[in-house]
Amino acid sequence: MAKDAVGYALNALNRLASSDVLDKVGLRKLVERLAYTLTRTGFQIITTTARTFKAKQKLDKPQRLNAPGETTLLFDLSITEEQQMIRESVQGFARDVLRGKAEEANRLHATSADTISAAQELGLNLFAVPEALGGAASERSAVTTALLAEDLAHGDMGQAIAILAPMSVANALTRWGSAEQQSKYLPAFADDHAPAATIAVTEPHVLFDPMQLATTAVKNGNNWILNGKKSLVPLAAEAELFLVAAMTDDGPAVFIVEGGSKGLHCGNDPGMGVRAAAMRPLTLDNVSVADSNKLGANDFNYREFIDLGTLAWCAMAVGTCQAVLDYVIPYCNDRIAFGEPISHRQAVAFIIADMAIELDSMRLLTWRAACRAEQGKSFQREAHMARTLVKEKAMKIGTDGVQLLGGHGFTHEYPVERWYRDLRIIGIAFGGLHL
Amino acid sequence: MNIEIPKKFGPIINNAHQVALNVFRPISRKYDRAEHQHPKELDMLASVLDGFNEGDPESSAGASQTGKGKVVNDGSIKNGANMSTCLGALELSYGDAGFLLGMPRQGLGNAAIAAVANDEQLKRFEGKWAAMAITEPGTGSDSANIRTTAKKDGDHYVLNGEKIFVTSGERADCVVVWASLDLDIGRAAIKSFVVEWGTPGMELARLEHKLGIRASDTAAIVFTDCRVAAENLLGNPEIDTKKGFGGVMETFDNTRPLVACFALGCARASLERVKELMADHIALNYDKPVDNCSAIEAELYRMEADWEATYWLAMKAAWMADNKHSNSLEASISKAKAGRVGNHITLRCVELAGSLGYTEDELLEKWARDSKILDIFEGTQQIQQLIIARRLLGLSSKELK
Repeated sequence: MAKDAVGYALNALNRLASSDVLDKVGLRKLVERLAYTLTRTGFQIITTTARTFKAKQKLDKPQRLNAPGETTLLFDLSITEEQQMIRESVQGFARDVLRGKAEEANRLHATSADTISAAQELGLNLFAVPEALGGAASERSAVTTALLAEDLAHGDMGQAIAILAPMSVANALTRWGSAEQQSKYLPAFADDHAPAATIAVTEPHVLFDPMQLATTAVKNGNNWILNGKKSLVPLAAEAELFLVAAMTDDGPAVFIVEGGSKGLHCGNDPGMGVRAAAMRPLTLDNVSVADSNKLGANDFNYREFIDLGTLAWCAMAVGTCQAVLDYVIPYCNDRIAFGEPISHRQAVAFIIADMAIELDSMRLLTWRAACRAEQGKSFQREAHMARTLVKEKAMKIGTDGVQLLGGHGFTHEYPVERWYRDLRIIGIAFGGLHL
Repeated sequence: MNIEIPKKFGPIINNAHQVALNVFRPISRKYDRAEHQHPKELDMLASVLDGFNEGDPESSAGASQTGKGKVVNDGSIKNGANMSTCLGALELSYGDAGFLLGMPRQGLGNAAIAAVANDEQLKRFEGKWAAMAITEPGTGSDSANIRTTAKKDGDHYVLNGEKIFVTSGERADCVVVWASLDLDIGRAAIKSFVVEWGTPGMELARLEHKLGIRASDTAAIVFTDCRVAAENLLGNPEIDTKKGFGGVMETFDNTRPLVACFALGCARASLERVKELMADHIALNYDKPVDNCSAIEAELYRMEADWEATYWLAMKAAWMADNKHSNSLEASISKAKAGRVGNHITLRCVELAGSLGYTEDELLEKWARDSKILDIFEGTQQIQQLIIARRLLGLSSKELK
C-alpha cells in the first residue's frame, strides 16, 4: 500500500525519534548552531550562519600567486627547507593528535572543535591566503598543499578532510576569486577563528561526471537560482561558506553560497568511511545567490578547479597508504605463526613489497601533476592519470592491509579496517578539497 | 620539486628516437627471423654512439657511462649520466630492445667496468666491448652461489667453470666473468675478471635459441684452466668478509633503472601502436572519469597511467644515483614495476589488437616476446620483491628466504 500524508509524517517522526544523529550532534557544542526543519523528505538540518562576511578593504584586482621562484629547470625531487619545516610540524600533529583521536572521531562522525583549532594553530590557512589579505602566501603552493594533505592523512584521513576543506575553499578563492570575492571572503580565513567552509561538487547518482552536473543555476535578474542535490559534502552542517558546482547554460560553474541561505539544507547519510569529515548530502531548493557570487574573474577554469580537488584526494590516498605500510611492517615482524614471524614468508613479504612499489607510483604521479599545476602548466592529463592509478592501487593497499592482519584486521581494535573504508572514497569524491 | 625532464636532454632523446625509427625499426623483423646473424647495421651506429660518449657524460647514451664517479659533487642538484643513459636507452628500446642489448661497446660488462674499475683498467679497457657473465647452469638468481673458480697462480688467476646467458658473449671483445676465489667463503670471495677473447681455455659452447630479443645473441662459454692476468681483476683483490657482496652488487643500482627503461621503451612501442590501430574507436582526451569510459578506453588509460608511474620511478632511481644518494631500494622498485608493467602492456596490446596483434605483419607480437626477458634479467620480479621486502622489514636473507 502506498504511503499517504500521515504515513509520511509518522515515518519522519519515527526517523527523528530513532535517529542517533541528534544524540551525536548533541554531544557537540555545535548543536546550538543546528536547527531542524521539516521538509518533504524528512527532517533536514538548516545550514549554519555564524558570521557576516564583509570586506575590510577593497581590492582593485584579484590577488593571484605566481609560480614558485625556487624551482630549477632540472628534475629534482628534493623539497625546500620551508616545506621540510612545515612537514615536520604537520607530521607531529598528525602523529600526536589525529591518529590518537581517529577512532573516536570516526565513531562520533565529527572532528572535534579542539582538533580543528589545534590544526588552525599550525597556520595552515595562512598558506592559502595572499599576504595582501592578511595571510602568508606569496607564491602558488600546490606541491606544499599536497604534502600537507599527505601528512595529515597519514594521521587520519577523515579528520584531515575536515581540516583541509576550509583551507581548500581559501585556496580556490585565492586561485580563482574576483577582487570583490577575495576582499569579502578571504580575510576571514586568516583570522584566529577561520570559518568552516566546504566545496560541494559530487552528486548522488551513478556514473557521476563532474563535467556533467545535474544541479542547475539559472539566471534570474541579478541573481542565480540554484537547484539540485549534492553528496559527500564535508562539514555540510557546520560550514559557513560553500562553493557549489552547478550547470549553467554556458557549462559548469561554481557559486559562492553562504551558510544559512534560504533553501540550503543538508541531510544525514554517512558514508562507509572518512566519517570524521562529517560529510552530508546537501539540497539546494531555489537557493538564490547574487550574480557577483559566481566564482571567478575572467581566468576561471572549471576543469582545473576539479582537477586540483582530484589531486588533493590523491595526496590523501598517498598519506593513508603510507600509514597502512608503516603499520603492517612492525605488525608482520611481531606476529608469530608456525614458529616464526609471518614476515619471514614470501607470501606476506611480497604483499608488503608490492605496497611499497605501488605507493611510490601513486606518490610520483600525484607530485608530477601538482608540480605542473603549481608552475602554471597544463595538468589535465597528469591529474587524470594520477586519479586513474591512485584509486586502484590505493584500494589494493587498503584491502591488503586488512588481509595481512587477518581476523584482527577486521575489528575496530586495529586501524586497518578504518583505512580500508576511508580509502574507498578515492575514486568517488570530486570537489570537497582543492590544492 | 620539479618533475620534468630537463631541456638539455632533448638532443639525446631526439637522436636516440631517430635511431629507433630509422635504423632499428626497419630491420627489426629481419633479425628477429634471422637469429644469430650479426646485424652489421649496428656497427656503423655504434661508432656514432662512441662519438656521443666522448663528450660530456651528461649527454651520453651508453651503458658504459652509468658510473657514479663521473660527476663532480658540489652539493647542487645533478641530472647526469644515469638519467641521460636511461632516457637514451628508453628511446632505443622503443625501436628494438634486441638491438639495444646487442649494441657494440655498450654491454653490461662495460657498465661493470665503469662502476668498479680503477683508472689504469679504465684506460686499458677503453673502447673494448665487454659482455657480462654471471649466470651458470646451476645458478641463476642466487648469484652468490656461483661455482666458477679463480685460483691465484703467480701473477695470474686460473679460471674454471661454465657461464650461460652471456649477452653478446661471442660478439664482444671481452667478458666480465664472476668467479670465486674460495668456494668455502661465499659471496665475499666472488670477484669479477675481464677475460678477453683469444685467451687460451676460453671457449664458446653454443648460442641460445630464444623467445624474444633474438637480435641479441646469448652465449654459453666454458672456461678450462683459463689463465687471466691478475691486473684484470676488477676492484679489490682481497677477500673482505665484512664488505661481502657490496662491490659487485653496486653495479645493479645503476643498471636496474636502465633495464626498467628498456621495458618502458618496449611497452611504449606497443601502447602507441595499439592507439594508432584503435584510432577510429577511441577518444582519449583525459576528460571523462575512467569508469565512465568504454572498456577499451579505460584500459588504455590504466596502462598509460601505469606506464607513466613506472617512468618516473625509473627517473627517481637514476636521479638518486646521479646525486650519489643510496638507491638500491628505488632501483629495485623501478625494475620490479617496469618488469610487470612492460610485460602486461605488451601482452595485453597483442590481445587488444586481435589477430593483427598476434601475426608478424605488425611488431606487437615481437614486442610481447621481447618484453618477457626484461622481467627476468638484472634480477627477476621475485628477486626485486625479495630485496624490497627485506629492506622494508629489516630482514636478512637468512630470515626472509
